[in-house]
Amino acid sequence: MTEKVKVRIDGEVIAATAGQTILEVARANNKYIPALCYMEGLSAVGACRLCMVEVSGVARLLPACTTPVQEGLAVNTSSPQLQSYRKIALELLLVERNHICAVCVSSGHCELQTLAQDHGVTYVRYPYNYPRLTVDTTHPRFVLDHNRCVLCSRCVRTCAEIEGAHVWDMAGRGINTRLISELKRPWGEATSCTSCGKCVQACPTGAMAEKGWGVEEMTKRGAVVSRLTSMREGQ
Amino acid sequence: MEKVKIGTCWLDGCSGCHMSLLDLDEGIVAVLQKADIVFGPLVDAQEWPEGVDVAVIEGAVSSQDDLKLALTARARSKVVVALGDCAVTGNVPSMRNGIPVRKLLERVYVEGATERPGVPTDGVPALLKQAEPLHSAIKVDVHVPGCPPTPNAILFVLSELFEGREPDLGSKLRFG
Repeated sequence: MTEKVKVRIDGEVIAATAGQTILEVARANNKYIPALCYMEGLSAVGACRLCMVEVSGVARLLPACTTPVQEGLAVNTSSPQLQSYRKIALELLLVERNHICAVCVSSGHCELQTLAQDHGVTYVRYPYNYPRLTVDTTHPRFVLDHNRCVLCSRCVRTCAEIEGAHVWDMAGRGINTRLISELKRPWGEATSCTSCGKCVQACPTGAMAEKGWGVEEMTKRGAVVSRLTSMREGQ
Repeated sequence: MEKVKIGTCWLDGCSGCHMSLLDLDEGIVAVLQKADIVFGPLVDAQEWPEGVDVAVIEGAVSSQDDLKLALTARARSKVVVALGDCAVTGNVPSMRNGIPVRKLLERVYVEGATERPGVPTDGVPALLKQAEPLHSAIKVDVHVPGCPPTPNAILFVLSELFEGREPDLGSKLRFG
């Protein structure tokens, strides 16, 4: 089961276990690959496309979070071309909805904001979409702001895989995709919601937050979600 | 050496970026040794002059006056700096963009008014359909995000421009 393989990441030979993904191996060896929809402890879905890497012998780019390593695999994680694609992906995320950092509870603690900064996004080259989106405040303790949602589905997977309640899902297609609770009921009326709040902690942006916080005040403890999985696997 | 000519203005913004500019503290002395501020809310020139070297523009382009001033500043300046999130992204002013202008004005000035309801038309410029970032209206050479950008960032940008260099902001600044 635990077959050892040797892979090359940015030229460095690294020992890995077959079945691990490129992203897992990279992170375990302090190699930086950006990612937004990936969260340790959850299944990987390859939704955000930020972790795209170049694999020798493969003509197209592959998402590091869903590509398993194999013997002799050679990966490039940060060519100028990848950097430029990642910047584009971040800019497209920023124009799709209304990410007004200046008035966001998660400003300063937001993964999208940080990634944009890290990748030198000082402005966005594409026209903004300015969709008209709702904010669901029906839950007594939490709020869902669709303006900030990047459709990473970390909340969906956290609720389904860790809490086992599966309150969240995606409805619609493409740019019209929306996060929904139960069968499009307001969150506060979702009877399957246990109000555990793990979805809020897993959310990388200000799309999900605890009520009562002002701008820049909502910090998240996503590591709790990841730790629950590792603790359960350890048992 | 002749001094660099700076023009500043704020369009649809809160003036916070200009406050940050003033907040350079003693840095403003260093700036003014190398440059003159020839237009802007901080000086009393009435019209954007010809031959400006650096235009520092705060705020989103939200009204016909904003657009006119942005176009004038661009035409009469060598380098245009978009200062702050409103100029760079649209930011808070852009939060109205999902709402048609007429509905927006009626909501505020008719439904929201307790006295003399009515959309004002005299002495105020007509709003554009949407509040847009500066670079959607004119060519912008340097983008300085932040709400507001820190005084240090502003000082860095101006100092680099004074030296004839393009400021490399890299990962120094974030939105918000």
